[in-house]
Amino acid sequence: MNRRSFLTTTTAGAAAVIAFPAVLKAQSKDPIRIGFPSPLTGPFAALADDQKRGAELAVDELNAKGGILGRKVEVLIRDDQLKPAVGAQRTQELIEKDRCQFIVGGLAAHVQMAINEQTKKSKVLFISVSQSDEISAKPDTSPLTFHEALNPTITSRAVGTWVAQNLGKKWWIIYADYAWGKQNNAVLQDTLKKLGGTVLGATPYPLGNPEFSAHLPKIQAAKPEVLMHMTPGADDIAFLKQAISFGMKKDMKFAKPLHWIPQAKEGGPELYSDVYGAINFYWELQDSNPSAKRYVEAYRKKFNTPPGDYGAYAYSAILEVARGVELAKSTESMAVADALRANPVYDHYKGKQWWRKCDNKSFQDLWMMKGRDKLKGGEWGLLEVVAKVPANEELDRTCAEKGLA
Amino acid sequence: MFDVSLAALAAQVFTGLVLGMIFVLLAIGLSLIFGLMTVVNFAHGSFYMLGAYFGFFLLGRTGNFWVSLVVAPLMVGTFGLLIERFLVRRLYGRGPDDPLLLTFGLSLVMVEGARMIWGKIGLTFDPPRALASAVDLGFTRFPAYRLFVIAITAAVLVALWAFLTRTDVGLVIRAGSRDPLMVRALGIDLGRIWLIVFGIGSALAGLAGILAGPMRGVYAEMGVTMVIESFVVVVVGGMGSLLGAVVAGLLIGEVVSLTTFFAPKLSEIMVFVVMALVLLIRPSGLFGEPGLLE
Amino acid sequence: MRRRLFGVIAAHPVVAFVVVFAVFPFLVPYRALATQVLIYGLFALGFNLLYGYTGLLSFGHAAYYGLGAYGAGIALAKLGVGSLWLALAIGLGLAGAGGLVIGFLCLRRRGIYFAMLTLAFAQLLYFIGFHAATWTGGDDGLRGIPLHPLGIGPFTVSLDTSIAFYYFAFAIVCVAVAGLKRILDSPFGAVLQAIRENSDRAMACGYNITRIKLLSFVFSALFAGTAGALEALRLNVVPIESLYWSTSGQVVMMTLLGGAGTFFGPFVGAATFLVLEDRASVFTESWPLVIGLIFMAFVLFLPRGIWGTLLYWIAPRRTPA
Repeated sequence: MNRRSFLTTTTAGAAAVIAFPAVLKAQSKDPIRIGFPSPLTGPFAALADDQKRGAELAVDELNAKGGILGRKVEVLIRDDQLKPAVGAQRTQELIEKDRCQFIVGGLAAHVQMAINEQTKKSKVLFISVSQSDEISAKPDTSPLTFHEALNPTITSRAVGTWVAQNLGKKWWIIYADYAWGKQNNAVLQDTLKKLGGTVLGATPYPLGNPEFSAHLPKIQAAKPEVLMHMTPGADDIAFLKQAISFGMKKDMKFAKPLHWIPQAKEGGPELYSDVYGAINFYWELQDSNPSAKRYVEAYRKKFNTPPGDYGAYAYSAILEVARGVELAKSTESMAVADALRANPVYDHYKGKQWWRKCDNKSFQDLWMMKGRDKLKGGEWGLLEVVAKVPANEELDRTCAEKGLA
Repeated sequence: MFDVSLAALAAQVFTGLVLGMIFVLLAIGLSLIFGLMTVVNFAHGSFYMLGAYFGFFLLGRTGNFWVSLVVAPLMVGTFGLLIERFLVRRLYGRGPDDPLLLTFGLSLVMVEGARMIWGKIGLTFDPPRALASAVDLGFTRFPAYRLFVIAITAAVLVALWAFLTRTDVGLVIRAGSRDPLMVRALGIDLGRIWLIVFGIGSALAGLAGILAGPMRGVYAEMGVTMVIESFVVVVVGGMGSLLGAVVAGLLIGEVVSLTTFFAPKLSEIMVFVVMALVLLIRPSGLFGEPGLLE
Repeated sequence: MRRRLFGVIAAHPVVAFVVVFAVFPFLVPYRALATQVLIYGLFALGFNLLYGYTGLLSFGHAAYYGLGAYGAGIALAKLGVGSLWLALAIGLGLAGAGGLVIGFLCLRRRGIYFAMLTLAFAQLLYFIGFHAATWTGGDDGLRGIPLHPLGIGPFTVSLDTSIAFYYFAFAIVCVAVAGLKRILDSPFGAVLQAIRENSDRAMACGYNITRIKLLSFVFSALFAGTAGALEALRLNVVPIESLYWSTSGQVVMMTLLGGAGTFFGPFVGAATFLVLEDRASVFTESWPLVIGLIFMAFVLFLPRGIWGTLLYWIAPRRTPA
């Protein structure tokens, strides 16, 4: 080695040693990025908006406290157009180009699962924030797949039980003929039968084609005590309009597995009065629930409107990512996942929730709601709390039933 | 499956009639526009949607359903006139692809525009109080509003038929649907005719929209599936044939309705099965002219 | 100079394609987008063979894309096929078979009636896919498609990274593009274009045009099916929307945007459409409005499609009308 090369090497080495802490600092000052695919365009844009706001609120709160591990947090929201191919594409983009360390998101079950395939492939932690029975079961689930939201089994067992015990045991079921509708139908029928009730009839209809006047006279003639309807989105509005025009609200009770706040707003008390359904969160819980009060006030302050239902899932999921990173002291996905499993209990917006170890499923309280006859307390006073269904692992399938453990 | 009461079946036939009438309104507009101008109007579903939204808007302003029912289609028709004059007209002579692309882009713009103006949550409006009850037809109780839809559509169809058969403009339109080249060779200025046809077609779509509003609700995507089904109706009836549009519209309406009743799982595909069967037997649709647009 | 360059490109389209797409991943914001352009470009290429060169407008091309995707996907996910090549072949075969059967049935009619029949069959396939949930996953889509390492002779190459997958897809698409060139340059290709211009005259010249149209249909389905199979491998899922009319509509749009009846039109159209959609959706939630307006502007002012217009500006005489 001659003098020149020795000098070059030493200088380079010295420079590196001096620069190294700076490099370290620069790296650790890199923000933590959470990718968030959501159907910002399309028929569920209103729910996606709520998700977006919930996520943004969580990020604001985290950054106000100095970020996670001293690093700023960013959430990158992308439109998945409610299509699995686009969701998968956006997820790839978020991971590859935007270098997101975590993914939270999804509104439709089939999109969630496409996102999940990508996060599994890239070994990135994914917390899904909307309904799906499959996401926490074999073969879709994985050690890096977490499910924050409720699923059809939990919702329908809860609703089915409450309705059978309080409204009546003779049902007619109308359901949209696709995965979500069929899952709810199966669980509701099973639940009712176990409680000694009868299903007088079950009518499938093609999703997006809400023409029920064929079936309504038949249903009226059968005289059920409760009419259960799985008619998502715009179909729900059409269904209620038609059922009311046949005068059916006077003859039987209406119930559904889930209330969605945008639909309740769209239909208003005229359509939704006395319609029962479950929900994961309603802003009026602020009156009785301290976590809810905190969340509602923070959301109201930032967005000038009370929070909806799905936004809370997004809020909670982002905070869970943060909590996992703090616990694991790392942004490596498996470490974070393990940390969450080792410390499964949390409470971000409504009370105690916990992750079940074998399937990374979040168990949480839910509430039975009823549509009001008249708005109370402003334009969002649409629903009334009727009962609380506390978190209970028995509401979901067992891990064995899901093909795990 | 067959232990069905005659009453329920009859009610279902009536429901099919209502749906069929909406299809007829849409199909006539599409058929006229396609038959005369060779324009595949992808935005037809958006005109339907616009009619519903304008209806909601007017109802809010005037509080009067009848006024809204008349004015909303006129507003959509005017919008259609503008679209034809300033956008579609430029594509004359370019063949059928360009209008297809243009109207596709237009429908994207209209749907998103509706969302931007009226919000992402859908809207509802109710039929007027006079029609809000159910009428006892003897075998079943049927919502009065739906009977009204049947009646008003029939009235509009009669008026349209009179216009097409009794006026000079109507004559030119019918001739132009059959043989546009010949009509131009006879020295008739088709430009004005296109304007009228596009305007009428879109007004009919708008009327269908405002009529459908109280039955289904109003939301930005409401025209998207309707447009495909409307095309099926036009093809089954035969391109350019107005009688075909009427017959096919009612037929498809009944097919959808009855399939939903007897075999709900098949209702989505039945429409296409019927279309394929019709085309197999009658290559140009039920009443279409062979050689037209082939 | 420009004219010369274009002359060279026009004379050696396959080479030009290889050169451009060899470096394409480095020209776009991220790799996955580049692969998507390749795949949809291939899909549009197939559609263009039928529409741009043979003059037959199909509204149901998603059928062959979907058959290719489900064929490869089911082979890998449900039948336990261990070789990517075999899975691709199965997808391809299924798409071709579909093209043969559906083409045979639909070609009995012409014009808009032909188009609507192709749509009807595609919807039928969608319906079957939707309800045959044990095989296809139904409306939740077919998930869990494993991406085995690729076997090339004695070597195995892992396709785990975006860039590796890109070049794998690139190789396959190159073969397809070369194949298309061969088809178009052959006498068969000449007859196709004759049919597009005036099918009665072609018939008068003694060609069995129905048989030729069917062959074109099958080739077109094969291209579309390959695209579908590649996409299944890329996404590890096959969504049910692959068979829906919206997918058919997309490929029509891309082809027309790029320029129907031109060799590169489909890829230019696919690239433009996808990049536009991707970038617009990052900037605004109302991106459909932006896309719609851009579309309309293109149609009004660049009717030959982007590539078609470019060709026309550079070499008006050479360009087909």
